[in-house]
Amino acid sequence: MAGNRTLSALSTMSEQAAFDPKTATPFLTSRGHPGFLGMRYSDHGNDWVELELPWREDLIGDEGQHVLASGPILSLMDMASGLAIWKAMDKFQAIATLDLRVDYVRPAREGAAVFGRSQCYRITRSAAFVRGLAHDGDVDDPVAHIQAVFMKIGGGPKRELPGG
Amino acid sequence: MAEHPDIALLTPYARSLGIELSEWEDGVPVMQVEFVEAVEGRPEHFHGGATGGLLETAGYAALRAELAERERDAVLKPINITVQYLSAGKSQASFAKGRVTKLGRRSANLTVEAWQDDRTRPIATAVMNVFMGEPED
Repeated sequence: MAGNRTLSALSTMSEQAAFDPKTATPFLTSRGHPGFLGMRYSDHGNDWVELELPWREDLIGDEGQHVLASGPILSLMDMASGLAIWKAMDKFQAIATLDLRVDYVRPAREGAAVFGRSQCYRITRSAAFVRGLAHDGDVDDPVAHIQAVFMKIGGGPKRELPGG
Repeated sequence: MAEHPDIALLTPYARSLGIELSEWEDGVPVMQVEFVEAVEGRPEHFHGGATGGLLETAGYAALRAELAERERDAVLKPINITVQYLSAGKSQASFAKGRVTKLGRRSANLTVEAWQDDRTRPIATAVMNVFMGEPED
């Protein structure tokens, strides 16, 4: 069919996936903190999303050692977790990180891009629970493991919410 | 003013994010970051990752200051961090200060607090474990 590609894409979105991590990521990472880090879409499933953090010289954690700092990995996992939650809910809703734990099991390889894969394994009325890992090419040999809880924002009475 | 150790408090990543030294307080560096686009998450609020980066940087800075005072040299490697987000970081400067809860031979345990205009109401706290390797490691 010689249909309008934009219209057909929009209608596909409204009829099927209400939240598509692949198309949403470029918007969500175009500016702000995710934009500063230059995160990119990598892969996703029904309840998980993987983002890529390309290697960048100015994100290293130590002069002289070409190893990515731990801070950007924390940000990568926070972002991948948010996307995993939206994918699992199949909609975009404001959320805020409540608690995030990162275990850095080994340094990332020098000059390597790091991938953050997070899975939303449980959603309640007010909270979403995620777990995930960061790797530098081999998902079976992670550089970090994470666990986090997010709160949903909105819906209830307005109050100050944690987050970022 | 007491003399403060001439130590590197900022990693390239921390400098890149816009984190800087605010002041020394009882021999401990207080770190700060202005609200700039690089730290923004949802509009007009800090991104959880940026707040985490500030906490982590303040934790390492406190540990480096403590090690310098004891004339110890070590290569610091992260073991883990647990961040508690207590309230939204708004569009103004954030500050953070760490405390060395325990300094061991091979590892240190740190607690860190971040705040904005009201220091009695932290926006986030963190607990960190850091491995301290031999300088030639």
